[in-house]
Amino acid sequence: MPDISRRKFVSLAAATPLAAVPLVAGFPAGTAFGTTPAAPALTLSERARRRIQEQHLPNLTLISHEGKRVLFYDDLIKNKCVTLNFFYAHCDEICPLVTANLARVQQLLGNQVGRDIQMYSFTLKPQEDTVEVIREYRKKYDAKPGWTFFTTPKPEDMEQLRKAIGFTYPDPAIDADKTQHIGNVRYGNERLMLWSACPGMASAKWVAETFEWMVHPERPRVQPS
Amino acid sequence: MASVTTHLHNAHNPSESDGNPCDFYPAGHFCDQYYPNVLAGFNSTNAPNGDINEALGTLWYHDHRVDFTSQNTYKGLFGFYCLFNNLDTGDETTGFRLPSFPQFDIPLAFADKVFDPQTGELVFDLFNLDGILGDKFLVNGVIQPFLQVSPRRYRFRLLDPGPSRFYEFFLTGNIGGTGSPTTNPFFLIGTDGNLIPAPVQVQSVRIGPAERVDVVIDFTNFAGQTLYLENRLNQINGQGPVAVDSQLFAQNEPVNTECTQVLASTIPAIRPAGAGDLILQFQVTGPKVADHSLPPSKQKFYSLPTTTDTPRVVRTFKFDRLNGQWSINGQFMDCNTFRFTVQQNSSEHWLLTNLTGDWTHPVHIHLEEHQILSRNRSAPTVPADRGRKDVTQLHPNERVELFFRFRDWLGKYPIHCHNVVHEDHAMMALWHVEPTGDNVQVP
Repeated sequence: MPDISRRKFVSLAAATPLAAVPLVAGFPAGTAFGTTPAAPALTLSERARRRIQEQHLPNLTLISHEGKRVLFYDDLIKNKCVTLNFFYAHCDEICPLVTANLARVQQLLGNQVGRDIQMYSFTLKPQEDTVEVIREYRKKYDAKPGWTFFTTPKPEDMEQLRKAIGFTYPDPAIDADKTQHIGNVRYGNERLMLWSACPGMASAKWVAETFEWMVHPERPRVQPS
Repeated sequence: MASVTTHLHNAHNPSESDGNPCDFYPAGHFCDQYYPNVLAGFNSTNAPNGDINEALGTLWYHDHRVDFTSQNTYKGLFGFYCLFNNLDTGDETTGFRLPSFPQFDIPLAFADKVFDPQTGELVFDLFNLDGILGDKFLVNGVIQPFLQVSPRRYRFRLLDPGPSRFYEFFLTGNIGGTGSPTTNPFFLIGTDGNLIPAPVQVQSVRIGPAERVDVVIDFTNFAGQTLYLENRLNQINGQGPVAVDSQLFAQNEPVNTECTQVLASTIPAIRPAGAGDLILQFQVTGPKVADHSLPPSKQKFYSLPTTTDTPRVVRTFKFDRLNGQWSINGQFMDCNTFRFTVQQNSSEHWLLTNLTGDWTHPVHIHLEEHQILSRNRSAPTVPADRGRKDVTQLHPNERVELFFRFRDWLGKYPIHCHNVVHEDHAMMALWHVEPTGDNVQVP
């Protein structure tokens, strides 16, 4: 996998016209002395990032297992690499499997969790899952620092969050059945707009590797043959 | 896009140059791949040149980065890769005498997209788990364009690059005229990358994500008229077409009868003529030009390789969903695990079973092509099911039996759903070919 400069040169040359666009738009009318400067136009990339935030990452208030109030986008997501999944404490089908698997993933990632990767789990039954309940739940699975559990006094907020991150079914009856809730883990590098998801029950080794690619997209996986 | 891997879809390629989803590399790097363009059998049954009946024509390449294929291909990382030989020559005066490339042999890639109405920017829902549909239909990157054609025969290579849309294309005339819109027959000549043994006249062709069909349309009798390639298939979400049963295509069955009973849907599978999506307009206003191509009714292409070998092993693949997690045999994509080992120079039967209710899964298998032996234990009836394939639509509640002959290459390859949103969410498995295979029946 050599990094040949000719190819790199070609790709840089191709990017130049795009880079020129903000310069053209960089001298808006109204910049004369004494007037309020117009807000600089957002680049295509900034608009895309804002669109993702507006549609999928609402700035709701949540409460952590430590009782701390946080804003979902500002405090948990912005500029971070994150994993998001849903559970509830008395779920006896999929949640124990996914939570136990994520505990293995955290173990494999070691000190990357908390430093490079923030793991977040959100209760689907905030009425039942108080701060004390989610704290006990977290303890039961031996979650380490860097993996935080959340509830909210407003159940409708958690529903909004679940729908915003796309953990829904097209069939409303199935969607309303919490025992069938989505067992995937959404993962993303917010700054780079890298978002995908993997099954919470997939191989812990592969899930851990997947999360590392999110943090280090500059690493090739293909091996020279 | 942060990283990519390029798969040459349908190619009979060595494993390290297949563009495996796990062999991705980041921006600023490249990966040289070896595309020998060899016929299957070159290193086994038909050495040294391979079996001409395994000839390939309409291939395509696309990004295959695990977990990110849908967004990368949606942004445009795909293209055609057409192969010719001394029979399918691209010259209508030689070989099979199919319409000449590129004037009268035109690749058409269909893609449905969403655009922001304020900015015109392309929009993709990164947080979708089911499948993505667009409301704007693009052909080779242009929204619902027109093509001026001459009154003669043309070959079109239709490609559905996805992400999740299925089409059933009709050739519709008399839109906006007095009387009803008309449905005009044309010829199916190829399925996926392969010419079928002989052209078949059809009223429509169905195509799902990653599939291709080659057709010949004769515009000779339409001089001065306008025709449309119209998609009449109803699809309202990523699940797949509504109310579609495996063997019911519009050319074989009265529209809206058995289909609606099968899945108790209130929405008809096929919309009436003129009520579908008018995706490509043909203006038959080009100059009258010579046509040296043979009429499809007089053409014969390659024979189908035999499928009567006793399989060394029969493997079952259950396509399922567990708490929203797309799975094959209850397991999920894992770049570090090979689920089974095929024995080189052996034949196998693969049973694809759909346990996901109303969902349709276009299942793609790399390396060797397959033939469909049965759908729900009946021989396939639809013309597009009776050729060599690399993608097979697995319809609701269906069990499809496929025949494979593994030969020339060793190494790793995937099987996966080519609704790329399902593929990105782990409906994929890796397997490999080795000199000695295993007998795992439910990998």
